[in-house]
Amino acid sequence: MTEKEENQISIVIHGLGGQGVVKASRILALAFSFQNKYVRAFPFFGTEREGSPVEAYCRVSDEKIYSRNQVSEPDYAIIFDKKLLEIKKINAKKIFLNEKTNDCKKGFICFDASEISFKILNREIVNTAMIAFFCRETKLISQENLIKAIKDSFSGENFDKNLRIINKVYNLN
Amino acid sequence: MTKEKIPIAIELSDAVAQAVRQCEVNVITSYPITPQTLILEKLSKLKANGKLKAEFVNVESEHSSLSAAIGASAAGSRVFTSTSSQGLLYMAEMLPIASGLRLPIVMVNANRAISAPINIWNDHSDSMFVRDSSWIQIYCESVQEAYDTIIQAYKIAENKNIQLPIMICIDGFYLSHVMENAELLEDRQVKSFVRNFIPQKKLDFKKPITIGHVASPDYYYKFKEEQEKAMKLSLNEIKKINSEFAQGFKRKYGDGLIETCNLENAETVFISLGSLCCTIKGALIEKKDNKTGLIRIRTFMPFPKDEISKTLNNKKIKKIVVIDRSLAFGTDNPVYSEIKKLCLNKNIKIKNFILGLGGKNITEKELFGIIDNFDSFKEVNIL
Repeated sequence: MTEKEENQISIVIHGLGGQGVVKASRILALAFSFQNKYVRAFPFFGTEREGSPVEAYCRVSDEKIYSRNQVSEPDYAIIFDKKLLEIKKINAKKIFLNEKTNDCKKGFICFDASEISFKILNREIVNTAMIAFFCRETKLISQENLIKAIKDSFSGENFDKNLRIINKVYNLN
Repeated sequence: MTKEKIPIAIELSDAVAQAVRQCEVNVITSYPITPQTLILEKLSKLKANGKLKAEFVNVESEHSSLSAAIGASAAGSRVFTSTSSQGLLYMAEMLPIASGLRLPIVMVNANRAISAPINIWNDHSDSMFVRDSSWIQIYCESVQEAYDTIIQAYKIAENKNIQLPIMICIDGFYLSHVMENAELLEDRQVKSFVRNFIPQKKLDFKKPITIGHVASPDYYYKFKEEQEKAMKLSLNEIKKINSEFAQGFKRKYGDGLIETCNLENAETVFISLGSLCCTIKGALIEKKDNKTGLIRIRTFMPFPKDEISKTLNNKKIKKIVVIDRSLAFGTDNPVYSEIKKLCLNKNIKIKNFILGLGGKNITEKELFGIIDNFDSFKEVNIL
């Protein structure tokens, strides 16, 4: 008996409080639902403090999803901060890590989300850049649906900036 | 292959806020506490954007929040509030006043463990602590059900024969912070289902009355007898509204009181409440195990003993696993004690498991471990 039903995709996002971990899981869930999928996203907070570890889960399926427990063996892990690797054992079939590609270690798919995010937001909130990279690499969500989900999640200037991040991620090689 | 249209995902807090808006609530009283705060945040945003007509009252504590809700309800307003854990316990003094005054307040409780030690995560210790406050308690298992139940709740609570407050219990984080597919109704559909609130009595300067006066020993018990009668009557009303809702909108939750799954050939039955039941259903479906079934208690107060008893008359049932999400220290736990009474004259082995205290993750593996090793467990097990 596993926690995962057949034909289900599961994603775990690991980050620190303030990096937009929960929001990222919700944007993914919303975008998947635009593609006529069943979805479920929810977070697990350690202590609710800025800078403390946060996990958020996203399950996706063509069938109704039942399991409400935490995802422990995901297909994909998305890691916003490499410091978390020192304190957490992360197992996933594919691991997307926020890290300079030159420093990328074996077993990870690296992307420098910090640089792009800092340039556009002036802060290191890497959620949009990391999920845009995830969508670009896996092609599980179209750029169009990702933008639609971002539009529902941010308004005004924040939407414009996050849109710029997505377009920049997709236009990089 | 053409596939049916799956509803777009929505966060529980957004869905609940929309239900409250669509029910045309007059007064919302608000004090934050994790994990319920998102709901009040979303309502306050709707108010700030001019999309919510309700009076939004920020207060300095949960005690005041429910006090303000009681005042507003007594003045004839439709009222909503929400809380969690220590907040619910801080309201405790006012809970029986709301029910004793027969005020149809609807409140969401995002279930969270109680201190000490401090813990922000989910279990049912908070709502079970106030079990005997004469509030109707309905436990939900999905975002869709939480949304639908708010709409149903006003209709149940405001029925002239009921007039009791309702606590809608949603599991903290496992539901309160969930985003999943759920379909909202149109405003006019909700309006025609819920209808306007017609208070049976109200505080009105033009037609002064007194409520909550002293009741001497000769009368006090009469008030309580009436209250108990209303509590019992609500069982049927909850059922009735559940089927009216199903007729109108094609969604129903068992008979409104309990929901069963896979019971036809079941020899072992899980009995529990809340979002865990959704996980159990999935595990049963995936395992294709027709020897194990589930009874989800949707309405815990008043306790639907006739409905559950009838279900347990099935002679195939040999073992029952009662899962409580809270402890009644020194005696039988809340769900277990009720089910145990119903099994007294039946040839059924029954054991109690206290799972997921303080948010502990409950896996399918653990659930089936209980089934596979049933005989080796004690009568009561905290796992």
